[in-house]
Amino acid sequence: MTLLEVAGLTVRIGGRTVVDGVDLDLDTGGRLGLIGASGSGKSLTALAVIGLLPDAAEAAGSIRLDGEELLGRSDRALSRLRGDRLAMVFQEPLTALNPLMRIGRQLSEPARLHDGLSRRRAAARAVELAAMVGLPDPERVVNSWPHQLSGGQRQRVGLAMALACRPALLIADEPTTALDVTVQADMLRLIDDLVVQQGTALLFISHDLAVVSQICRDGAVLNHGRVVERGPLDAILRAPSGPYTRELLAAARATSWDATPDPDEVAT
Amino acid sequence: MNARPRRRRRVATLRATGRALWRSRTGRLGLILTGLLVLAALVSAFWTPYDPTLVDPVQQWLLPLSGGHLLGTDNLGRDELSQLLAGAGTTLEVALLATAIATVVGLALALAAAATPRWAGSPVERLIDVLVAFPVLLIAIILAAVYGGSTWTAVTAIGLGSGVAVARVARAEITRVLGTDYVVAAHVAGSGTGRTIRRHVLPNILPTLIVQLSLVMAVAVLAEAGLSYLGFGTQPPTVSWGRMLQEQQNYIAIRPLLVIWPGIAVALAVLGFNLLGDGLREATDPRLRGSAAVEAAVEAEQ
Repeated sequence: MTLLEVAGLTVRIGGRTVVDGVDLDLDTGGRLGLIGASGSGKSLTALAVIGLLPDAAEAAGSIRLDGEELLGRSDRALSRLRGDRLAMVFQEPLTALNPLMRIGRQLSEPARLHDGLSRRRAAARAVELAAMVGLPDPERVVNSWPHQLSGGQRQRVGLAMALACRPALLIADEPTTALDVTVQADMLRLIDDLVVQQGTALLFISHDLAVVSQICRDGAVLNHGRVVERGPLDAILRAPSGPYTRELLAAARATSWDATPDPDEVAT
Repeated sequence: MNARPRRRRRVATLRATGRALWRSRTGRLGLILTGLLVLAALVSAFWTPYDPTLVDPVQQWLLPLSGGHLLGTDNLGRDELSQLLAGAGTTLEVALLATAIATVVGLALALAAAATPRWAGSPVERLIDVLVAFPVLLIAIILAAVYGGSTWTAVTAIGLGSGVAVARVARAEITRVLGTDYVVAAHVAGSGTGRTIRRHVLPNILPTLIVQLSLVMAVAVLAEAGLSYLGFGTQPPTVSWGRMLQEQQNYIAIRPLLVIWPGIAVALAVLGFNLLGDGLREATDPRLRGSAAVEAAVEAEQ
């Protein structure tokens, strides 16, 4: 069954078209990787889905969740869906947590908002959530401050907050980019496990083809706000059809494993 | 978690803040100076060595430590120490009331400017910029012209004038916090505007706000003295440090100490509030809580 249906999504900011007629489909429990360089419009597409476009942006087209149109809904109507049906994990774990609120209270905030839990039940729920994302010693972690956790631990807290109400759709916007490589792999595995466990659909956004291909089978490549390529990721990786995808791949190879430049490419 | 451990934890947080405040040299000196001011004000409410307004022509110009007057008497034979104590009461009263007004006015303006849609926020922002140009003195003169000089004139003028200054700082802070990821994250979690402001924005602007409010307290002490000196503030027979200065300035060549004492009192009160503000800022921010934060980080690593 189709969960999310984005059709002809166009976003304009100050007369400039930054997302241009994007179509995406995502089934219940399905996964889709959204790939593109910075400025390709992938993050704006995600923000449009969750209804967080900046005031200056105008969006047209259609975004349907469970067949219901989201575009043009009031912020109040959307906030009932956010956190409950729709959730998001952010790129920067260092700033995504309120520095003056203990972990436990932040963890249980979505649950208190949407499920109306009492303080006491919420505190118990916070411990459960901390345990769910594999934070060590969850009883203690809920009483600590964000600055006492490492980046990877904070990102786990962010993921737990997003999944607190078992959303139908999780948007992960570069959730591993700010983490170091060893932690990245753990984080991807955790997202993979939890999404399967909860039957949550995943929209995974990254500039890194390698990362996306670890977690999603299907992907769409965005360039200048347009979908330039879509389909199974291993096909895209093996035989990139568009010139842009080839560039992305080449750039990824150049930065990740090919330290010594090709002799032909050395500038003379 | 039931109510009792929560309350205990809040008390524990308060105690930790107090300890951190006492540990820093700035905070300790600020606490001592403001503590002295509060003590003097409280004592003067119930007892002063003499009636600070009692005019006694026989006891004129007494030197310190003579005739049972610790700091001597002024040109009208009033006891200097009693006046200083009573002046502390006036000063504290004005500072607290003015700061309360400044907080309410400042936060209301700042929220109206920063946490509303652009079409509503922009005009408020301009309004703040215009109001900042009005000096406290001008507001006081206008109020005094209409209602006459009084302690309340001083309180209202200082409160409104400083409120605008608070609004400017608070608006910048609110804008900064509203742009942070955790506010966006709260929004994504389905938190409404009011709830986000209560739970995320206000606590995070508090450290800056406290510093600003302690500055307002300091400014209020100074402004009260200034306005009373000029006759727009506290009126006789209420004692005020500013009026003591004004009344004794003519005799500065004969009895310089009579001018110096209230001057020192004003200076120490201002210094105390400034230091207390700095100390509080360090103490309330868990990230700046010095060694405690380091300990916790070490603990987290293990």
